[in-house]
Amino acid sequence: MSRGGSYAADHRVRAIEWLPWVAAIAAFFLLPDYLPLGARVLTYILFALSLDLILGYAGIITLGHSAFFGLGAYVAGILSARFGVADPMVQLAASALAGALLGISTGAVILRTQGLTQLMLTLAVGALCLEIANRATSITGGADGLSGVTVAPILGQFRFDLFGKTAYLWCLAVLFAGWFLARRLIYSPFGVALTGTRENSARMHAIGAPVYWRQVIVYTFSAAMAGVAGALLTQTSQFVGLNVLGFEPSGELLVMLILGGVGRIYGAFVGPLVFLVAQDFLSKQFPEYWYFGIGLLLVIVVLFAHGGLLGIGDALLARRRR
Amino acid sequence: MSMTAALETRGLSKSFGALTVAANIDFVLETGARHALIGPNGAGKTTFVNMLTGRLPPSKGQVLLGGEDITRLRQAARVKRGLGRTFQINTLFGGMTVLDNIALGVAERLGVAARMWRPANAHDDVRAEALALLATIGLEDDAGRRVVDLPYGKQRLVEIAIALGLRPKVLLLDEPAAGVPSLESERILEVLARLPGEIAILIIEHDMDLVVRLAQRVTVLVQGEVLCEGTPEQIVGDRRVQQAFLGERHG
Repeated sequence: MSRGGSYAADHRVRAIEWLPWVAAIAAFFLLPDYLPLGARVLTYILFALSLDLILGYAGIITLGHSAFFGLGAYVAGILSARFGVADPMVQLAASALAGALLGISTGAVILRTQGLTQLMLTLAVGALCLEIANRATSITGGADGLSGVTVAPILGQFRFDLFGKTAYLWCLAVLFAGWFLARRLIYSPFGVALTGTRENSARMHAIGAPVYWRQVIVYTFSAAMAGVAGALLTQTSQFVGLNVLGFEPSGELLVMLILGGVGRIYGAFVGPLVFLVAQDFLSKQFPEYWYFGIGLLLVIVVLFAHGGLLGIGDALLARRRR
Repeated sequence: MSMTAALETRGLSKSFGALTVAANIDFVLETGARHALIGPNGAGKTTFVNMLTGRLPPSKGQVLLGGEDITRLRQAARVKRGLGRTFQINTLFGGMTVLDNIALGVAERLGVAARMWRPANAHDDVRAEALALLATIGLEDDAGRRVVDLPYGKQRLVEIAIALGLRPKVLLLDEPAAGVPSLESERILEVLARLPGEIAILIIEHDMDLVVRLAQRVTVLVQGEVLCEGTPEQIVGDRRVQQAFLGERHG
């Protein structure tokens, strides 16, 4: 079943789509000790959702999506640590804008190519950004990272507290806004056309669609969203390190999304949740072997369930109904 | 001089290095015509079609649509001006529903396909038109099915319906019944016979039975050149044509 917009499908939010939000609010009250982890999960969900837009819906494969995430993280951090701009809204807006600018300028080139060339170019952009951040030590702090990031109270009212309560709710609110926009986009004619491009770009050309421009637009939108996710990470951790850039976080994000399920919105919710929670628990229990567990899980999911963990859920439901 | 042709090529040529796949093709498709393009395998039919649609830039020559030179226009711009096509091998949006397959084209034509806010589902005009089109090809009951789940013959009909949703002035049908069992191909023929008369149709075809039944004129392409043109009866009786096709069979 196609899990996107359609000229026939009901676009209204189904009851089950409220489940993640109810769960997130319940977690706030029931798991106060895990709020910092929760904020991290919410941040990565937003990041994964931005990847799902281009990978799952538009069919653009990338191994360099961390470029936008890292740029957003650094823009927020640099604004605060170097220029004293501590307002979280302003930081988010600046990170979104920076992400969008990098997205449109690199996307304009990358999206002219296809297949392996495209994949290599996304890798190259990611690697370039990492190297720039590494070298520009006076601005980014280089390998030592950027500390001294302060974040002013949200709307001048809500101070970021030691327990991570504000941070958690802030991430939840921003994620909600991102989800709303992404969902709106997916269910719009633009979103259906993107899915069409993924399904068959030759036919999209043949029906007169400006495929290239549409891809540049969604790539830019996705980059802005990833930039916002990066800014959230900076705001909640009050530190930026080089590990937000380069191949590794891009690959890890891809793993999270595939784990959850590609091209279905909520795969981007399930994947980071399972991945980061497993990482948190397993890395405490088995500090040396925890990645083995994640790897095993991914192998199982990729081999036996094309739709990721959500795909397994679908299959089980279908079996019960039979 | 008659009125302006729906589609015309002048000296259209394509070479890949020393290999010439289209040589000086002068071709006229009259308004409202039912015209077939035939030729043995490798005659350059697909190359010719790709130059018409803008997938492949010609080495030399011109393509005119309704008298306007479109040689340098991109594929999308040609579609907007009324040039539609179907594909010899199904080129569909496989994972999407039959309705959405048609609606995508309709939305492009109506200029709503880039809208980002209002849900696709709320565009009743697009859906209504797509459903009406499905009714004309007898697929209204399959609107909600995924295209990959349809039998091949029905997929061929969807292939045609997508192009019709663009309301083309000129329609290029690339072997519309290719690979379809004869029982189902009858249905495709019916659909083709009922297409609006004002659409000029160029059928690229192997099957001479189909050509004789649908076309008023036939152009024969051999080794990238126009061998001859005439009514189906003239072409069937032409010795050069028989030789060209026989030559293929022996080779």
